[in-house]
Amino acid sequence: MEDLFVLAISCIFINNILLAQYLGNCPFLGTSKKMETAIGMAMAVIFVLVMAGGLTWIVNEYLLKTLDVEYLQTVSFILVIASLVQFVEMFLKKSIPALYSGLGIFLPLITTNCAVMGVALINMKEGYSFLEAIVASFAYAIGYGLALILFAGIRERILLARVPKPLQDTSIGLITAGIIAITFMSFKGMV
Amino acid sequence: MIPALLFMLGIGAVCGIILSLSSKVFYVYEDPRIANVENNLAGANCGGCGYAGCSAAAEAIVTGKELPSLCIISGKEGAEKVAQIMGVDVCSAESPLSYSMCEGGSRAADKYHYMGISSCRAMAVVFGGKRVCSVGCIGLGDCVKACKFGALQLGPKGYPVVDDDKCVGCGACQQACPKEIIEVKTLSEKLMKFNQKQDPLAPCAQTCPAEINIPRYINQIKEGRYKEAVQTIRMRNPLPLACGRVCPHPCESECRRGIEDEPVSINQLKRFASDYEMDSGSRIPIKCAPDTGKKIAVIGGGPSGLSCAFFLRRIGHQVDIFEAMPKLGGMLRYGIPEYRLPKKVLDWEIQGILDLGIKSFCHVKFGADFGLGSLMASGYNAVFLGVGAWKDYSLGIEGENLDGCYTGIDFLQKMSSGKKVNLGKRAAVVGGGNTAVDCARTLLRSGLEKVYMVYRRTRKEMPANEVEIVASEEEGIEFVFLAAPTRVIGDDSDKTTHIEYLKMQLGEPDASGRRRPEPIEGSETLLEVDMVISAIGQSPDPSFKEQDPHKRMVELELTRWNTIDNDPATMQASIPYIFTAGDAATGPSLVVEAIGGGRRAARSIDLFLKGRPVEPVKDSLQQKRIRESIFKKVDGIKKTPRAKMPEIQVDGRLDSFVEVDLVLPEDTAHEEAKRCLDCCRICYNPDTDFPIAGNN
Repeated sequence: MEDLFVLAISCIFINNILLAQYLGNCPFLGTSKKMETAIGMAMAVIFVLVMAGGLTWIVNEYLLKTLDVEYLQTVSFILVIASLVQFVEMFLKKSIPALYSGLGIFLPLITTNCAVMGVALINMKEGYSFLEAIVASFAYAIGYGLALILFAGIRERILLARVPKPLQDTSIGLITAGIIAITFMSFKGMV
Repeated sequence: MIPALLFMLGIGAVCGIILSLSSKVFYVYEDPRIANVENNLAGANCGGCGYAGCSAAAEAIVTGKELPSLCIISGKEGAEKVAQIMGVDVCSAESPLSYSMCEGGSRAADKYHYMGISSCRAMAVVFGGKRVCSVGCIGLGDCVKACKFGALQLGPKGYPVVDDDKCVGCGACQQACPKEIIEVKTLSEKLMKFNQKQDPLAPCAQTCPAEINIPRYINQIKEGRYKEAVQTIRMRNPLPLACGRVCPHPCESECRRGIEDEPVSINQLKRFASDYEMDSGSRIPIKCAPDTGKKIAVIGGGPSGLSCAFFLRRIGHQVDIFEAMPKLGGMLRYGIPEYRLPKKVLDWEIQGILDLGIKSFCHVKFGADFGLGSLMASGYNAVFLGVGAWKDYSLGIEGENLDGCYTGIDFLQKMSSGKKVNLGKRAAVVGGGNTAVDCARTLLRSGLEKVYMVYRRTRKEMPANEVEIVASEEEGIEFVFLAAPTRVIGDDSDKTTHIEYLKMQLGEPDASGRRRPEPIEGSETLLEVDMVISAIGQSPDPSFKEQDPHKRMVELELTRWNTIDNDPATMQASIPYIFTAGDAATGPSLVVEAIGGGRRAARSIDLFLKGRPVEPVKDSLQQKRIRESIFKKVDGIKKTPRAKMPEIQVDGRLDSFVEVDLVLPEDTAHEEAKRCLDCCRICYNPDTDFPIAGNN
């Protein structure tokens, strides 16, 4: 139990998928202009990551390993994750329309996202158990959401600042992200 | 190599099968056009259209919430393809245009000048605005920066000016504006806009029952743009010529200038602009939205019916007007005498409305010549009932059926349509409202020697317009105040000879706040007259309800005053496809109120025809005032006298029905327009350099 907690903390803060591993930058910059969108995106990431983490673990353990084709990890994960998101989208539309209308538009955006892919591959590389894989995926997603929402808040404030012309919009966004990443480095000695 | 290929094939097949099965299991019916439309959108999920992603946008187009030209990236070609899928002509798609609600940019002084903040959004967050006015344009030009097409510029007065030719209606400016004062709207949306609590509205514009943008047209008159002024008025009022003559202008009583000085002569400026159009000899073209293919029957060609028809036509519906009288105009024609509103003027104005493509059928009475069933059978999708209030209340006294006794509207109607009326020499008009004054002044012009007005309260309580009372005093009408008629006396051949009245005294104020008249016992007095006209009010004539052979009208509910019961916020009657406004719904009221009601009904009819819920306008003001906009004092006003209405000398006007009030000359109108403070909700133009706002 304690291990899982430590794992979660390390995934959220120390190995933050966005700020320490630099994965998933495009939706990070794209959906962080408004707080509202950022929250929606964060929820969608949590939803997809947990399911993708679980499914890819199963695929890896019972298919790739048994058939001894682990070198196909990347390419088969792409297929599996994409199909999973499509499936979930259909399922939600039919069964939980309320959830669909909230998350719907974000789901296709992260279908083939490197953060999702990266988490799946990291899980395999670290050799996590199923439970660990789920916890790690969830924690990574929380970390992603945390960074995204923090960032959206900062970007809304940046509007008030006078930014030199060449640095406006995405440029200042990337610089800000860099500075947040540096502050996240201070979590390094935590665990 | 082989096992890898096989594995991928296998896993691909499994995924494919699962997906195709689940698409069967989790199938949700969706209009096939949505997918089709989506394929023709840019597919960038850019959100530029205001919807989250292209699928949401496609759904909005298919459900009719948006136009085929919604996508701002796919351009004209994309819009054409989408329009094809939707089966409409792309040209028929109404193009939205950007426009700014705030015109008072230069009016409010700067509040702070803070170095470093150069965007409206930032300024709005920090101070709520750069200017003293918290409602209007901040003037830092976020919208100008947001416009990719160069269609917006900050005008000389510091608020954005839209170039309609360049605007593509993308909505970028609307999103950029933190004050919600720049909006992207189609013509229909602009026509169907109603005053809302959050709008920047001057007190006059809040008060006008037709919700005309008064400061805007006064400003246009000031700048000599008379045609644009008329167009501004026509966005809300199809009858500016008539209103410019007969409206009792409630707007002027709220005019902020009136707090320290005399109010701006708003109605005369309206008349000036609309007379300018008529006198110029050519009509200003009136824009209409593309045809929608829906058909509406408007019953009653009075102000409310004309207004409803005008606006329905302008938003693209097909309208037919049915009128019981020989000509259109309703009370404007048959209730208002020639000397106040010449028939020639009215004809010209009504022709302009009919020229939009509205058909009219006169001399057909609803309930007698046709009914609801026949309208439905002829394919009308909705019905507007604007039958007015034409039934005079009777005095309920002995002898009121004698020869020489008439009722007000009946009398005016006979005079207007040139029917023969046996006129006497001396007449008494009972009542103190506008109808009574109209009757009295009409009688005087018809050559009577003496005309009395018998009213049971005093001059102060008379509901008629002040100007009308003054004019009738000038013309020599004798007022008999505090008098309640008790009977009409006739001779042997049933000809009226006298009217007997009881003298009254004023008692305690009643529910209407007017002091209640009480009779003085034994004070019967005789007045020698050979004509008595009772004009003490009217109600709608509900006879159309019983005469309908299809019995559908039975369900239509009336109030106890015989007016048609409707929801005053939507004008919908108890039968969902019937809408009503004007005197038929409110009881006798102002022309301008009927016009506003007609437009409100047009909005509801439009919603009804589009299959959307007929709901009231959100945060609608409906003549309620925005509290912060009503000042107690206004500093810095240099008093300048209000333009005096030119009128014909009393000597020259009594022997004919020539129009008494004249139009302002151009230079006077200019001077008068300059008196307008150009108020917005709280900012205003001080003539001096004393900037204030909202210091009430």
